[in-house]
Amino acid sequence: MRTFFFYLGSILVGAALFAFARWSGNDYLFFAGYTVLQFVVLATAWNILGGYCGYVNFGSAAFFAAGAYSTVALHKLGANVDRYFPQELAGIAKLVMPLNVPTLIIIGGIVSGLIGLGTGYLTLRLRGAFFAIATLALAVVLQTLIVNWDFVGGSRGAYIIRPSEVPIFGNYIQYLFAIMIVLSIVALAAARTIERSRLGYGFATIRDDELAAEACGVPTLKLKLVATTISGALMGMAGAPFPYYIGYLEPGSAFGLAYAVNSIAMPMIGGTTSWVGPLIGALLLGIAQQYIIVTISSAVGVLVVGLMLIIFVIGAPKGIVGLVQDFMRAGAKADGTPSWRSRLAIFANMRPGAR
Amino acid sequence: MELLINAIIAGLLLGGFYAAVTVGVSISFGILDIVNIAHPAFIILGAYIAYIVNQTLGLDPILTAVIALPAFYALGAVVYQVYYQSFEKHGQDALRGLAFFFGLLFVTEVLLILVFGVDYRYVTASYIDQTLHFGFVDLPLRMLIPCAISLAMLAMLQLYLSRTFTGRAIMAVSQDQLALRLMAADPTKIKRIAFAISIATASLAGSFLIVIQPVEPSVGREYIGRVFAICVLGGLQSLPGTVIAAMLLGIVESITATFYGPSWAPAVAFGFLLLTLAFRPAGLLGR
Repeated sequence: MRTFFFYLGSILVGAALFAFARWSGNDYLFFAGYTVLQFVVLATAWNILGGYCGYVNFGSAAFFAAGAYSTVALHKLGANVDRYFPQELAGIAKLVMPLNVPTLIIIGGIVSGLIGLGTGYLTLRLRGAFFAIATLALAVVLQTLIVNWDFVGGSRGAYIIRPSEVPIFGNYIQYLFAIMIVLSIVALAAARTIERSRLGYGFATIRDDELAAEACGVPTLKLKLVATTISGALMGMAGAPFPYYIGYLEPGSAFGLAYAVNSIAMPMIGGTTSWVGPLIGALLLGIAQQYIIVTISSAVGVLVVGLMLIIFVIGAPKGIVGLVQDFMRAGAKADGTPSWRSRLAIFANMRPGAR
Repeated sequence: MELLINAIIAGLLLGGFYAAVTVGVSISFGILDIVNIAHPAFIILGAYIAYIVNQTLGLDPILTAVIALPAFYALGAVVYQVYYQSFEKHGQDALRGLAFFFGLLFVTEVLLILVFGVDYRYVTASYIDQTLHFGFVDLPLRMLIPCAISLAMLAMLQLYLSRTFTGRAIMAVSQDQLALRLMAADPTKIKRIAFAISIATASLAGSFLIVIQPVEPSVGREYIGRVFAICVLGGLQSLPGTVIAAMLLGIVESITATFYGPSWAPAVAFGFLLLTLAFRPAGLLGR
């Protein structure tokens, strides 16, 4: 029943968001909304590994860029079918190329998922810190590869000319915004499903005490690999439509540190133990950043995120969700009768005691 | 052949500099088990201090770094105190500690960008443009001097860690804190001293960096992977291992840059790191 309401609610909210943006008639809302939703997906994806399993991934930008660059590569292939395919295959290729954005998202997800699996396989058998360092390294290795790969533009970058019109939506940015709404719902649903499944409990045992979990027969390595793959795939999916959004992609912007910082800071500030946390963090920080970027500068925007991260990590380790939980728990009366706060807690599915 | 020999020698000199960059992490990550990924940010900070003093007072950058050592030592002590109070004391240092240092790295970088912009900055000193020639071998002084001072610094640190009581206590703190307590040494205090020393080395490493190449705030990021690659390859807590690994990486990077072009050099370090982690996580001189 709850699951039904979750889906109904998220679809309604998504539809309302789209309707509102369209009603306002302001294209900037679509651009800003796209960025914020992109961070919702990234933060949720990061949290599946970082929050549930306790393994820090500093390489979000790498997974994001892998998705984005797989789109660039396929776009180039699609635009020059005759040049890159032998004659016999060109006819078939022309039927499917150029690929539409949903297909590209799935391909981007597969590419990044495989990268996640590979990195995880190399490093997850070691202590946690090594995985974190390896993901930092991964971002630079991938960036070097892309910079030296002329087909996708190398360090010069690549122009992606997007179709001016799409059926139904008309305006292309509206189409991308709608896709991002769907992708956010998919990411949140995935996180929520994992949280309540055997998989999620397995992840939690790894986070709390990996040695004890291993001793109890939890297949920790397998679970960690599953987590890195899902997390990486979602990040790649967030990155796949990005070239169409930005129009011109170069390694510096695709691998920007802002992605890595935001996808860590947003869950940490929102709260890492449930799917609500990254959502809250991404909405708050994403909107605040958009505001600061417009009014002051983008450097100040990321500075604020960095400072908030430090403040929350030191002062409120359980994030905003944790603060709200503590507030509600404080409302419980000594004789056990529920107060309005704990009623609210039950309603919001944040039962006192539930992590 | 001459090209190869020159590349190897340039790599050795580069490796000496890398050793100075890494030694701080070898102490904090290798010995104290504090994953200080913000170390490169402190190095860049050191480079910018050398730059400011050089521009305003015309002082030699390396001399500036030596004068700034106590300040960096104090900074390190403060950072450790914050880290200890917020995370280590409660035993929650893994995930949140990492996020803390990541935030520190990031905030330092953005602050430097806001203050100095993203232009490359460089220092002037008499020896920077000079090169010694022995036959076909070139020894640029801007590489040779940092390398020599760096090796001297590492030798001194090695002596300190192996000969003095505090130094031995630092080596012991990673092994058995209770035993250390029984020797009447407070593990927290020892760790604070060690961490402060590790940050102090960043002052010198930063001045070497700006002598060797022009610096802008995000240069530090390139060094994260390098530093940890060297640290892991060197066997985490062994300073001689750090030097050997740094030289090795320097040579491989220099050869790659000479024969395949400098744009591939960053990937070498990280490929190194990934391979080390996959096949020999204990490092070259690991136990």
